[in-house]
Amino acid sequence: MSASTDPATGINPACPGLFKPRKPRFWLRWLRRISQVVFLGLFFFLLFQTEFRGTFTRGATEAIRLDYPVSIFLEMDPLVAFSTALATHAIYGKVIWALVIIAGTILVGRFFCGWVCPLGTLNHFFSSYKPERKGMKRIGSNHYKRWMSTKYYLLFALIAMSVFTSLQTGILDPIPFLVRSLSTSVLPALSFGMRSAFDFLYGTNIGALQWAADAGYGVFGSNILSFKPQYYHFGFLIGVLFVGVTVLNRFITRFWCRGVCPLGALMGLLSRFSIYGMEKDHSKCDDCNRCLLHCQGACDPQGKVPWRQAECHLCFNCEVACPEDVIRFKFFPRTEAINVLPDLRRRRAFESVAAGVVLLPVVRASTGLAKDYNAGVIRPPGSLEEPEFLARCIRCGECMKVCPTNAIHPALLESGIEGLWTPMLKMRVGYCEYSCVLCSQVCPTGAIWKLTEAEKLGTVEEGGKVPAKKKSGPVKIGTAFYDQGRCLPWAMATPCIVCEEFCPTSPKAIWVQAENVPRRDGSMVAVQRPRVDVDRCVGCGICENVCPVQDRPAVYVTNIGETRSRSNQIRLESGAYR
Amino acid sequence: MKDENIDRRDFLKRSVQAGTAVAAAGGLGFWLSSRSGHPGREASASLVRNYSVEAGNDLPQMVVASGGDPAALATAAMNALGGMQKFVSRGDVVVLKPNIGWDRVPQQAANTNPDLVKAIALMCFEAGAKKVVVTDVSCNDPRRCFLRSGIAGAAESVGATVLLPEERRFRDYRINGELLSVWPIYTPIIETDKIINVPIVKHHNLSRVTMGMKNWYGMLGGRRNQLHQNIEVGITDLATFMRPTLTILDAYRVLTANGPQGGNLNDVKLMKTVVAGVDPVAIDAYGATFLGLKAEQVPYIMMGHERGLGNRNYSELQVKYVSID
Repeated sequence: MSASTDPATGINPACPGLFKPRKPRFWLRWLRRISQVVFLGLFFFLLFQTEFRGTFTRGATEAIRLDYPVSIFLEMDPLVAFSTALATHAIYGKVIWALVIIAGTILVGRFFCGWVCPLGTLNHFFSSYKPERKGMKRIGSNHYKRWMSTKYYLLFALIAMSVFTSLQTGILDPIPFLVRSLSTSVLPALSFGMRSAFDFLYGTNIGALQWAADAGYGVFGSNILSFKPQYYHFGFLIGVLFVGVTVLNRFITRFWCRGVCPLGALMGLLSRFSIYGMEKDHSKCDDCNRCLLHCQGACDPQGKVPWRQAECHLCFNCEVACPEDVIRFKFFPRTEAINVLPDLRRRRAFESVAAGVVLLPVVRASTGLAKDYNAGVIRPPGSLEEPEFLARCIRCGECMKVCPTNAIHPALLESGIEGLWTPMLKMRVGYCEYSCVLCSQVCPTGAIWKLTEAEKLGTVEEGGKVPAKKKSGPVKIGTAFYDQGRCLPWAMATPCIVCEEFCPTSPKAIWVQAENVPRRDGSMVAVQRPRVDVDRCVGCGICENVCPVQDRPAVYVTNIGETRSRSNQIRLESGAYR
Repeated sequence: MKDENIDRRDFLKRSVQAGTAVAAAGGLGFWLSSRSGHPGREASASLVRNYSVEAGNDLPQMVVASGGDPAALATAAMNALGGMQKFVSRGDVVVLKPNIGWDRVPQQAANTNPDLVKAIALMCFEAGAKKVVVTDVSCNDPRRCFLRSGIAGAAESVGATVLLPEERRFRDYRINGELLSVWPIYTPIIETDKIINVPIVKHHNLSRVTMGMKNWYGMLGGRRNQLHQNIEVGITDLATFMRPTLTILDAYRVLTANGPQGGNLNDVKLMKTVVAGVDPVAIDAYGATFLGLKAEQVPYIMMGHERGLGNRNYSELQVKYVSID
């Protein structure tokens, strides 16, 4: 057919206006690369900013907030919008920004995967950097394979669960996946390694090396290094998963994006009516397979087969690689030769939805949520009541990253299988800083509802936007209890009351009673024995954090009395059924 | 049949290689074995940290200034003491050690007044200080404490160096006290030419009142939460170890209840006073009176007196009272 092209004009008389000879559009690929670098850079910048680093230029009485909209990648995530909308029948806060990506995807396809997604860019990099498979092997592995439709079935199952109010998308949604992995494992580990190196240099007491250590802290102190070393509950598992995902790229290009990513699947479905796409002149193709060699999405760019629109990341590698000018992307391509729908089988789709629907009652029929709720699962202040919370939390780890005391941790099985990686406070590691509300400020989905300081401390009459019950008074996340057998003034005739010193409420929830108690030798010693005023205690856990009985503190917090719950209350007066 | 014997050169070479490897492994093993001992902690040499200077007998040892704003009070007190240049020499590094313990704003009087810290920093610079460092080891998150106390902002505004506590800058020191032996100390507080203790007077349930001597808790790392078990001796040990150049006590706003954090403005009394001087025990003895306490009611003041750290009977000293309006 190429022979029929008029050599003078370059116009094929059979298809006038099509396939004009032209220079390869290298600039398109460069534009894509620049976009990937810019968005990845922006993503890391915002992640590094998800920490209050103490800018002393502000006024002392000004509210402490972050300087940038650090959760914007999560808020722009269409799967976050889609699944939370299904689970809560509403769109929270800035998640409305997801419409930008949704509209773009409807119009032009999965540009997000190839141009924006930070996990996609990392996968792209690790797929291209010294891969295991090269040449013919790589070409072979870049053909579309049926297993790649797994992501759609995962999406269907997750969506089915969302409809029935259990939001599990965050486990596999790439943006929460990446934020969580970096925040609770990769960055803390990197930080740990760098600190060790710098502190070793500092410890040598050699001037030049100490200077180098100071310089290291100076350069990395505002980005990779957190203010203090961070520790996360089983962060190791999260890190291993992340490393697994990156390493798989060595064997199968963008394994995650092609086979697992439910966001990619959602976008594949959204691109059904895309007005932008690929046109191929199969007749010109001499099967050199250069397009396949560089293909990211496994969308079958090669000749003789239809292009799979739902798989394409719009990376433009194929168009640039094609020596015969077979492939070109354009607006309003002819759709006859395009597979506009993903490779789905009705029966599988039905089965995956059914799996999601069936899984939920199985999970909920276990103990954990309705009965025998774990006393140690203390949710961040402002968290919604547990069912509402599970309908919103995407386990992104933003709250864990921003917590200034390292109190918030990803739960493993503490709050049931449904609560995997949801936030809970561990008071032996950190505590809830009395007038800090940063976790509620960064939560993209309102699982931790936005609080002001006044709302948290209860210094306003009405709770403002606190949804559960508008009542005045501070937000409680739990209640402290004494283990008198371990408490120094109670059990060991020794003065202590560090808990009372640190108790932040006014008047203090921990109150003391002076008593003369006997020592073993019969002598008397004056001690102050602490007790908790349950009506004053907010459950912040600083008492537990500072208790000198370090291994199992003599004062500890459980979640009873948490404001968010109507039923998890001790006192008649503070319950919702009064 | 092939000759299966290796040649002599090869034999010697391989024998030497193998022999060297065995000898190296053996040597390394025995050397490491000879090093084996119970892992312990090394601590820096013990040394009482004495930063005091001779100011001269004609000057008062303590000044009580009252009536104005914190900056004016600090200036008046220091003028009466003979001026900052009596204590700070040209080229000195000076550490100011305010109380920046809590995530509270200045009105709540849980931390030292920021304007007072700022005025003292300015006076140090005017006296020729090369560098003024403002730091403390906070109880709450230090970033919040330093910001919301207003101290970081105030100190930076006049060019002082604000240091947030960092784990790596702690070193074990022998305090050699009656109770405290070896503790991690925040080295920027120790490694200095002069140190001015700038505490605030406030209520404290266990020790009754916290002021200058207790303010040295803020240089410690480690298990500070154990110190309450014998707080009086702990405070006295630290005050024995640390002899500041000056103590400037903030009694501008005084937290009289729910200390040391407060939180309720109704517990804060406006006293508009600053007490400055060279005798840490006398200043704490005077400071206790802001909460209606006598030195005899505060055991660590008595212990400090008995150890000769200062004179609890401040009336026996040369005290100057300055009133400004």
